[in-house]
Amino acid sequence: MKKRKYKMIEVNRQGEVWVFAEQYEGSLGEVPLELLGRGRLLADKLGVKLSAVLAGNKVDTLVDELAAFGAEKIYHVENTDLAHYQTISYTKVLCQLIEKHKPQIVLFGATAIGRDLAPRIASKMRCGLTADCTDLQIEDFTEPRTKEVHSNLLQQIRPAFGGNIIATIINYDRWPQMATVREGVMPMPERNENAKAEVVKETVSISPEDLAIKILEQHREAKKVNLKASRIIVAGGAGVGSKEGFKHIWDLANALGGVPAASRAAVDLGFIDHDYQVGQTGTTVRPALYIAVGISGAIQHTAGMSDSAKVVAINCDPDAPIFGVANFGIVGDYTQVIPKLIKAIREKA
Amino acid sequence: MAYNIVVLAKQVPDTKAVTGKAMNDDGTVNRSALPAIFNPEDLNALELALQIKDDNPGTKITMMTMGLPSACEVLRQGMYRGADRMILVTDRRAAASDTLATSYILSCAVKKLGKVDMVICGRQAIDGDTAQVGPQCAEKLDIPQITYVQELLDLKDQTITIKRSVGAGWEKVQCQLPVVLTVLDTANIPRPVAARKMMKFKKAHSAMELAKADKADLADALKAKGLLIEEWNLDHIEADLQWCGRDGSPTKVNRIQSVVLAASGHKKIEPTEQGLRDMIHELIEDHTIG
Ligand SMILES: Cc1cc2nc3c(=O)[nH]c(=O)nc-3n(C[C@H](O)[C@H](O)[C@H](O)COP(=O)(O)OP(=O)(O)OC[C@H]3O[C@@H](n4cnc5c(N)ncnc54)[C@H](O)[C@@H]3O)c2cc1C
Ligand SMILES: Nc1ncnc2c1ncn2[C@@H]1O[C@H](COP(=O)(O)O)[C@@H](O)[C@H]1O
Repeated sequence: MKKRKYKMIEVNRQGEVWVFAEQYEGSLGEVPLELLGRGRLLADKLGVKLSAVLAGNKVDTLVDELAAFGAEKIYHVENTDLAHYQTISYTKVLCQLIEKHKPQIVLFGATAIGRDLAPRIASKMRCGLTADCTDLQIEDFTEPRTKEVHSNLLQQIRPAFGGNIIATIINYDRWPQMATVREGVMPMPERNENAKAEVVKETVSISPEDLAIKILEQHREAKKVNLKASRIIVAGGAGVGSKEGFKHIWDLANALGGVPAASRAAVDLGFIDHDYQVGQTGTTVRPALYIAVGISGAIQHTAGMSDSAKVVAINCDPDAPIFGVANFGIVGDYTQVIPKLIKAIREKA
Repeated sequence: MAYNIVVLAKQVPDTKAVTGKAMNDDGTVNRSALPAIFNPEDLNALELALQIKDDNPGTKITMMTMGLPSACEVLRQGMYRGADRMILVTDRRAAASDTLATSYILSCAVKKLGKVDMVICGRQAIDGDTAQVGPQCAEKLDIPQITYVQELLDLKDQTITIKRSVGAGWEKVQCQLPVVLTVLDTANIPRPVAARKMMKFKKAHSAMELAKADKADLADALKAKGLLIEEWNLDHIEADLQWCGRDGSPTKVNRIQSVVLAASGHKKIEPTEQGLRDMIHELIEDHTIG
């Protein structure tokens, strides 16, 4: 079989904003819904439709869900051969639809599936792709040399270089503008039960060579914690000193109705499970309150929590960088501070 | 059975070592102020290749990197551990390539090698953390990819079985060779260099390295000993220039900001009962806590 070539997409201002509706065994995770939230803002700014691409086997039940979270149009591909995600078959679906409908923006979650799929599509469509974005905006871009203005481009904003810099990436000539978006950084939109979407049924024929991978076994572990959904997080670092010391963290979290979390150093020292790690290689959180206990505030840690509405830092070193991102700073030994804090909470001031 | 394996390895600035000194005033990173290292997950890719070679005598591992002549160091590092051949893909016209152009160039170079059974990459490179080059090479080569490789379960004739990690879980998958694999850092522990091999291959150099050291005349002697690192440019690999370098790269950098933590000027709370009570009171007042 000869490799199928797809037509490249040129700049088209009427193109829709698309969200890839990743699903696993017929259920959507949070990621596509988060993407719809941000997609809504982008589509409104551009004055175009927000659409979702839904592919799978017996996934029609998800149509209402996608509509409720903001999709105005849903491209729906049903095929028994799409029951399990596979790189090549799903690449075919997306490329065929992109070539036909010419969206201007396509967003994917930066999940195991999104990061496997999106680069393959970008390579086939010969378009750009920015990985792991933490923010997306629409803005004009003036080319410094020619002064040519490219209006309303997708600004793909992401940390790079180990989190030491923030880069804004654009693509102005070869479209669609594609990005994978990190989980948990876009706020979840409100659910609107009454919203309806136009459903466009599409067929894509899947041949045996599109199913090059045989999936012998699949296991999904339910995540033990859901840091992203927590309003209050109490995070402990290496400074907590021991697993026993971490009991203070759990106690404070419980007193506040929140959940515990940790820096990577605390995870590496075995104080708590990796699922609880916040930061660049852990979860990105944006709670209403983040209490950092015995955490120095390394950039890789703050990258995952600096969007918290309020930050309280407890550290015995008055020069710890964590105070630089804190709203309230408490200089002291946590073993002294936390019991007093719990007492104050119980008394409700 | 013997296999032909290509390991794609990248030389990267050690982003863990970024300090104030490594940042330029305009917020960009001064790469030359950082040590250049073997991209960590590419060592896991190499280790997987070496384990396959251990179990399948006759297997040949080609180390390939695209970069500046200084990137030869990762090729030598590969030889110290047991690789068989070194290829540096280097060309001024490849500068400013994004992941799409990089994978196009690397795939042209891989094609030039003839029959290859496995192309093994790291999951991602620490300078960009994109994890795109592996899958994009697979597409350019028109072969399947298995990303997030955790463990090689079986390799028989032309069939490979892999356990891959998918965030919250894992799966066992199987496919026919050829395939592109991208390997996780948790997959294995890279072996150290072998002293003997190091003694031998530290003398390996590319023609450009020799020229720079004013030793161009040594090229033939090195070649005779199998110590001349092959240098391929875009013409050698028959790459179409429109897909290379800046022209071949759809993504452009608009802005770079160095991360300066929001020096918000925090409120200092005394670690006394009264101080803490006041803070809790404030947090209740503004509805942060209930
Ligand atoms: C590629 C990469 C990715 C990374 N990803 C992450 C990530 O996702 N998340 C993450 O957190 N880190 C990450 N890191 C690691 C990060 O660089 C730091 O090493 C880590 O965050 C440090 O954790 P820490 O603050 O708990 O420990 P330390 O830096 O050791 O700080 C401990 C702090 O505790 C204080 N302390 C000690 N005793 C007490 C006490 N009794 N009471 C109060 N305070 C006390 C000390 O003053 C100190 O400030 C990553 C690093 C790299 C290179
Ligand atoms: N310039 C390069 N030379 C060789 N291999 C590369 C190069 N760039 C990327 N790779 C390979 O592709 C993987 C993913 O890189 P990246 O997409 O940049 O995160 C790396 O771990 C390498 O195996």
